[in-house]
Amino acid sequence: MLTTALPRDPAALPRLGISLLALLLLWPGFHLSELDIPGLFTGENARIMGSFLAGFWPLAYDSEFLSIVGKAILETLAIATAGMTLAWLVAFPAALLATRALSVSALHRQGRPSWPGQVIRTVVRIILVVLRSIPEIVWALLFVRAVGLGPTAGVLAIAITYGGMLGKVYAEIFESVPADSTRALLLGGSSRLQAFMYGLLPAASGEMISYTIYRWECAIRASVVMGFVGAGGLGQQVDLSLRMFAGGEVASLMLTFLILVMLADLISRLLREPQR
Amino acid sequence: MSVLLTGVELLHANGHRALSNLELNIAKGERVALIGSSGAGKTSLLRLLATSHKPTAGQLTVLQTNPWSPGMSRLKALRTRIGLIHQAPPLPARQRVITAVLAGRLGQWSLWKSLISLAYPLDRQGAMQALAKLDLAEKLYQRCNQLSGGQLQRVGIARVLYQAPELILADEPVSAMDPVLASHTLNILARDAESRNATLIASLHSIDLALKHFPRVIGLRQGIVAFDKATPDITPEDLEALYVNEQLALDESPKTAFIPATSRC
Repeated sequence: MLTTALPRDPAALPRLGISLLALLLLWPGFHLSELDIPGLFTGENARIMGSFLAGFWPLAYDSEFLSIVGKAILETLAIATAGMTLAWLVAFPAALLATRALSVSALHRQGRPSWPGQVIRTVVRIILVVLRSIPEIVWALLFVRAVGLGPTAGVLAIAITYGGMLGKVYAEIFESVPADSTRALLLGGSSRLQAFMYGLLPAASGEMISYTIYRWECAIRASVVMGFVGAGGLGQQVDLSLRMFAGGEVASLMLTFLILVMLADLISRLLREPQR
Repeated sequence: MSVLLTGVELLHANGHRALSNLELNIAKGERVALIGSSGAGKTSLLRLLATSHKPTAGQLTVLQTNPWSPGMSRLKALRTRIGLIHQAPPLPARQRVITAVLAGRLGQWSLWKSLISLAYPLDRQGAMQALAKLDLAEKLYQRCNQLSGGQLQRVGIARVLYQAPELILADEPVSAMDPVLASHTLNILARDAESRNATLIASLHSIDLALKHFPRVIGLRQGIVAFDKATPDITPEDLEALYVNEQLALDESPKTAFIPATSRC
């Protein structure tokens, strides 16, 4: 048997310190946000929550409701898809302009692009920041004022915000994949777009597809949220059902979201499968 | 005159002096081997000729053109006439071999042609011929990540054969091949250059291969030309002086660091 005392773990004390520090920093966050979890389960609140949750069962599945939900699903998918298509049309050219990976001048400047190119890239990046810095729900509220209630507001809101997000992330994906094949093509006299298609795209496509599908999934969720402000689709339906205290309908709609997200996940996996 | 260098100097961004006061004169159709220890400046010289580096001093003329006179379109046109064979072939892992080879002529193709060819390879015959020269015809529709390091290097060479440039620059083109295949491949490269009267400049680690396949050999040592002779005139003393006092822990510049060809496609 080993009789000598085990040497003390030198990492134990720092770990304890970091944990305490994290708690110390997190506590004001809870305090300032006025989070009140016990309040959910006491007195009047508990009764309201309880009866509302009890209303979730049974699920609503009468044919009239289902046909409304079916239409709402199609509308939500259409908003998300149309919004993503427009977003992609903004993001893809912007990413090509914003990325340093396609700089011809960087070739002979040991990786540092020339200043005119950097000015253009910076301007495009700032535009992308502006597009994505305003949340889609705010855009939706603005567009609802401008074009009236309906899916158009949702589509435009997604197109603008997601265009900014996709453009930024695409540009960064282009810069993160190995650059040697793109540089070799540029050095062989091909144009930027040719070097992109033959050098950069084969390396970046998997990540691009995966991120785009994920954003499409986010767009479905976003279009639901925007439904609350009158941009149509499933969100509007949830809003109506909540107002009518129809718990069964709300539960059915939530189940629908779950199925839609799982579907997006499945599509993403299927699309990436042949890449391996 | 294919290549003309007067007083060329190259400093890397980290201040490392890769080449100094280089005088070089290579005629059209010549075949020249560059030898020297790691870090002697072989890769730097090839990248300089490939217009990948800009000389910090001196005059550089490649294919009767000064690459660094103003005008990007002239530089682009010049680059389509130069073929660079990389030591680690810069081929995307999931790209098919046929597409990787056809990419050699992108500089001569219109955007539309290259776009269509990306989906449906147009010049299958040309790619096939280039690969057949290197005994890789049966790999036409395979993906690059299915090939071995030596096969990849040969795909990289096939791309440049397909490009058919006037100046072929090869940086350790056979480093991932066994000696017999290396000799065979260099022979193919030399014959291709000879048949088109193209200039071939290759850096090699193996002195035997340099002496066997190249009529002219340039020895580089610490960024300076140690000797520049026709192959029959090279003496054992020349070679000994080239590699003497070699430090084992070589202070290599990042540009010349050896990258195993098999690590990436």
